[in-house]
Amino acid sequence: MEGTVQRAVESESARLAHAAGRAARQPLSAVAVVLLLIAAALIPFVVSSFYLLQFTMVVITSIALLGLNLLTGYNGQISLGHGAFYAIGAYTTAILLEQTAVPYWATIPIAGGICLVVGFLFGLPALRLEGHYLALSTFTLAVATPQLLKFHALEPWTGGVQGIYVSTFAAPPGVPLAWDQWLYLLSLSAAAVMFLLACNLLRGSTGLAITAIRDNPIAAVSMGINLPLYKSATFGISAMYTGIAGALAALVTQFVAPDSYSIFLSLGFLVGSVIGGVTSISGAIFGALFIQFVPNFADQISKAVTWAVYGSFIIGFAALAPTGIAGFLTTIVRRLGLYSKAHQGPVPPLPRLGSGFELRKRSK
Amino acid sequence: MMDAFLHQFLSGLANGSIYASIGLALVMIFQSTHHINFAQGEQAMFSAYVALTLIKAGFPYWAAFVLALGFAFVSGMAIERLIIRRFNRAPVLTVVIVFLGLLFIINSLAGWLFTYNVQTFPSPFPPGLGNRFLAAHEIGMIAVTLIMLLLIFLFFRYTSLGLMMRAAAYNPDASRLVGIRVSHMLALGWGVAGAIGAVAAIMAAPIVYMEPNMMGGVLLYGFAAALLGGINNPWGAAVGGFLVGVIENLAGAYVVGTELKLSVALIIIVVVLVTSPAGLFGRPIVTRV
Repeated sequence: MEGTVQRAVESESARLAHAAGRAARQPLSAVAVVLLLIAAALIPFVVSSFYLLQFTMVVITSIALLGLNLLTGYNGQISLGHGAFYAIGAYTTAILLEQTAVPYWATIPIAGGICLVVGFLFGLPALRLEGHYLALSTFTLAVATPQLLKFHALEPWTGGVQGIYVSTFAAPPGVPLAWDQWLYLLSLSAAAVMFLLACNLLRGSTGLAITAIRDNPIAAVSMGINLPLYKSATFGISAMYTGIAGALAALVTQFVAPDSYSIFLSLGFLVGSVIGGVTSISGAIFGALFIQFVPNFADQISKAVTWAVYGSFIIGFAALAPTGIAGFLTTIVRRLGLYSKAHQGPVPPLPRLGSGFELRKRSK
Repeated sequence: MMDAFLHQFLSGLANGSIYASIGLALVMIFQSTHHINFAQGEQAMFSAYVALTLIKAGFPYWAAFVLALGFAFVSGMAIERLIIRRFNRAPVLTVVIVFLGLLFIINSLAGWLFTYNVQTFPSPFPPGLGNRFLAAHEIGMIAVTLIMLLLIFLFFRYTSLGLMMRAAAYNPDASRLVGIRVSHMLALGWGVAGAIGAVAAIMAAPIVYMEPNMMGGVLLYGFAAALLGGINNPWGAAVGGFLVGVIENLAGAYVVGTELKLSVALIIIVVVLVTSPAGLFGRPIVTRV
């Protein structure tokens, strides 16, 4: 009896310490996030329209990478095929704008919804596959996508090899913004909403279930987690994120064609995710910056061997920060002892920032 | 009708011999390190360029072939020792992107050194060898692959070095205790895998022509072959390769046409995997709870 009480007191004090730690960190990070958002919202009024387009793509790519992080980083399902969902999102927007009277802003949630369903359905057979086998099936999805988009039977909708031009639109009447400034702010608000949703999803019991499945599926099932449902749902949600990003990207590029959605798009997403930090939310932003700017930078270093320079950057980042940029920054913050001032004892592992991630424990 | 079917079937086997070789190379590295080498195809492509350069410089075909294999062996070992070894404690996904980085680097270097122009590659087999079902090169390709598989089998089964390499992959800790230099065996394995890949690329080159992206599709099929056969079974990977080649050709000829044959072949493979997740000949992975 006494032992039980003692344990209850101990767990209560642990909970309090935990809450105190969170409270101590929360204001700081909340302020940082708001400052970051304000800075991001000011970008269209500072940079030239050439750079604005690139920053718009960074914002959009970060939504796609966040989807991949949810699936691969938090749920442990590897995907080499997220370019397919990006393509589905983009084509949904393009076809709706071309053939129906749906307003452009409404195509974004529709694209997300379609990808949610497709992703959920793809997640069902993928339940039986793990690790490298899952990698192959998603790889298949990525390879099949451009071929299916070119397929002649679908040409009335997809436009075949030619693709579809997406008609441009202006900012709503009364808003004194240029088209590209408006589109940037639209993408930024979409990203803000999607990031907030992801934070909330991962913070609650759903998030715990998702990560528990990654860490130990057998233990997760014996704790009563509905593994097939959670895994397929995570796949669907992840696809939804990437589909929304694809829809926004179609509005930005004003053109969709099968060859823009090759296997290299999917591999690029994976590279961005891992370099940014696959088990983190902020990693999606770092990864998007990497994908957008490092190839240009590599091109400036050497026109002849651009991709060799890019490849060297990938290997260099992997060597310096094996847990991604987000993981690297977390380590630095911990080394500097910024957390230990807020409260004593170990830092509660919520939400896990770029921690070491194993697809499967190596059996000895 | 029957003739056409036999033709499609046999030329599927010929393509399959390439996939079998790449699949085998992937499995060799997977068995000892649990990593899939996404740069395997690019390494092979680069070695084929070395062979082509030597042939153009006046070397006889088979001399160039052997020298290119030597190059593939040494460069495979070098990649393991200089780059991959540094990541043996890194998370799995980090290693995956290191391989992707290598893929970009080798591809770009090949384009820079040998240009992106499509080049022809000579076939060493006399045209008289062909018959109404198969071209001479296709027959030669199957023969070379079968001879290579036999040599690899003999090496791993009957030499002490082969035994040591198998032991090091199967149980590194115990192997260390009996005095096997496990890290040397690992590097050797990378060398052998590189050489197997080079054979595949040199055999494929007269058909797909030389250019830096020639092995992209082949690597994908090799990956599929390895998984279809069972990633922990080298002979399964070889059989898987021939199967993938046949499925691809028959699907292209009879089911959907060449437009979608890649997708259909892969979808069939995925369906097979969903019904037997460890591959056709693989051991299921059993975990102790």
